Amino acid sequence: MKPGKPLLFVACALPLFWIMARTFGLGGLTLGADPIKELIHALGLWGLRLLLATLFISPLAVTLRKPRLMLVRRMLGLYAFTYLGLHFLAWLVLDQSLRLPAILADIVKRPYITVGFAALMLLLPLAITSTRGWMRRLGNRWHRLHKLIYPAAILGCVHFWWQVKADWREPLVYATVLAGLLAWRWRRARTRRSVPATATARA
Amino acid sequence: MRRRPSNLPRPSEITPRERYLNRREIMAGLAGAGLAFVAPGASAGQRLTYRKNARYSTSEEANSLKDITTYNNFYEFGTGKADPAERSGAFKPKPWSVTIAGEAEVKGTFTLEDILKPHALEERIYRLRCVEAWSMVIPWIGFPLGDLIRRFKPTSRARYVAFKTVLRPGEMPGQRFPVLDWPYVEGLRMDEAMHPLALMAVGLYGEVLPNQNGAPLRLVVPWKYGFKSIKSIVEIRFTERMPPTSWNISAPREYGFYANVNPAVDHPRWSQAEERRIGGGIFSPKQPTQMFNGYADDVATLYSGMDLRKFF
Repeated sequence: MKPGKPLLFVACALPLFWIMARTFGLGGLTLGADPIKELIHALGLWGLRLLLATLFISPLAVTLRKPRLMLVRRMLGLYAFTYLGLHFLAWLVLDQSLRLPAILADIVKRPYITVGFAALMLLLPLAITSTRGWMRRLGNRWHRLHKLIYPAAILGCVHFWWQVKADWREPLVYATVLAGLLAWRWRRARTRRSVPATATARA
Repeated sequence: MRRRPSNLPRPSEITPRERYLNRREIMAGLAGAGLAFVAPGASAGQRLTYRKNARYSTSEEANSLKDITTYNNFYEFGTGKADPAERSGAFKPKPWSVTIAGEAEVKGTFTLEDILKPHALEERIYRLRCVEAWSMVIPWIGFPLGDLIRRFKPTSRARYVAFKTVLRPGEMPGQRFPVLDWPYVEGLRMDEAMHPLALMAVGLYGEVLPNQNGAPLRLVVPWKYGFKSIKSIVEIRFTERMPPTSWNISAPREYGFYANVNPAVDHPRWSQAEERRIGGGIFSPKQPTQMFNGYADDVATLYSGMDLRKFF
């Protein structure tokens, strides 16, 4: 596990380097004919992937009986937030040219933007309270607060789905992965609740 | 007009005399034109002979050939913008034939060469506005759809023209999954089809159409969203009733039959007030979308008295 965390840190930054190289035309790379759309899309897609990767950590740690895996969860979550924050900023600055009235109108009027914005707003307090100090200060409430990642991930998948014209195969893949991750938690929560119940019955 | 080899009876055996004569006139017309503007068996990239039509060309700067041929919506080859360029290599635009059917006096299946023979080609630099809120400027090579339609003498019952794209899942990998109800179909009202701006295109940038742009024969209706401009056409049918159209079948709330470019009528999910001009780079701002994509002076009268919110 020792070299694992720094390696993962670098690995998570690679897509961003790749996107930046394409943005600035390094090594002949390009974002294609519609660069603004592609930049926003690539940042959003990697943000969603990392968000799902974050949710994948605890099932993995439990299944493999490797509790130390949990140590990388915060890093993945913060990376997801970074990509999604840049996704939002690119939309704000490059797509919307920072025209505030149009931006606010879109957030209110366009359901796919509404849910995307809501997802990011749900993730914001999680990023802020990701430090050791905030964990200590919030105590038990920290865990409850950080359950917001579930609605955020659901809204993220909806945000992707609602932009597709007819070919829903790609968003379906992400939605299916998320459904699997949530189903695993739901089952585990049920069995956990039932275990102490039978234990008391026996006692 | 040469028919495809088939076991059909000779035209004189089945056709009323006056129609038969009409057809002979058309044939004489073909012979008289005597000019093959598109060499039979022309391949993508081959130069075409044409004149420039300034009356119907914008002075805006055209997009690069690379942008026009690598950023495409042609779901028959896949739903990614690069898919048509990358996955259309196996598509064979020749030999090609087009079936003319429905409410017309002259019907049948014609080779592409026969379809094209009497038409002088012209270049028209048109704006193209996609329903996805991006746009391009494209120098098409083609001829007016109306000139083609007149040759088939649609009857008084012909109120619409329906078009169909070829169905070849073997050559068009996108057709192997029902993203849309294949084959792609589109349609125009007769007066729209006869409008001089409606173009049948066989080339762009002076050369024969590449596969990814709808080879060998496609429609270009510049005042409507791009999906109306159906590609790789194999059938033209004249109908009395409004024909079904693929995107309308797929999502009737989002895509209407008319699909006129209209900045005042949003797509249910996104705004149509502005568009991103392809090729502008990372810091280029959006530009306002024009009514009928800037062709209002020419086409607005087609829709006078119609509620364009209802007939979107």
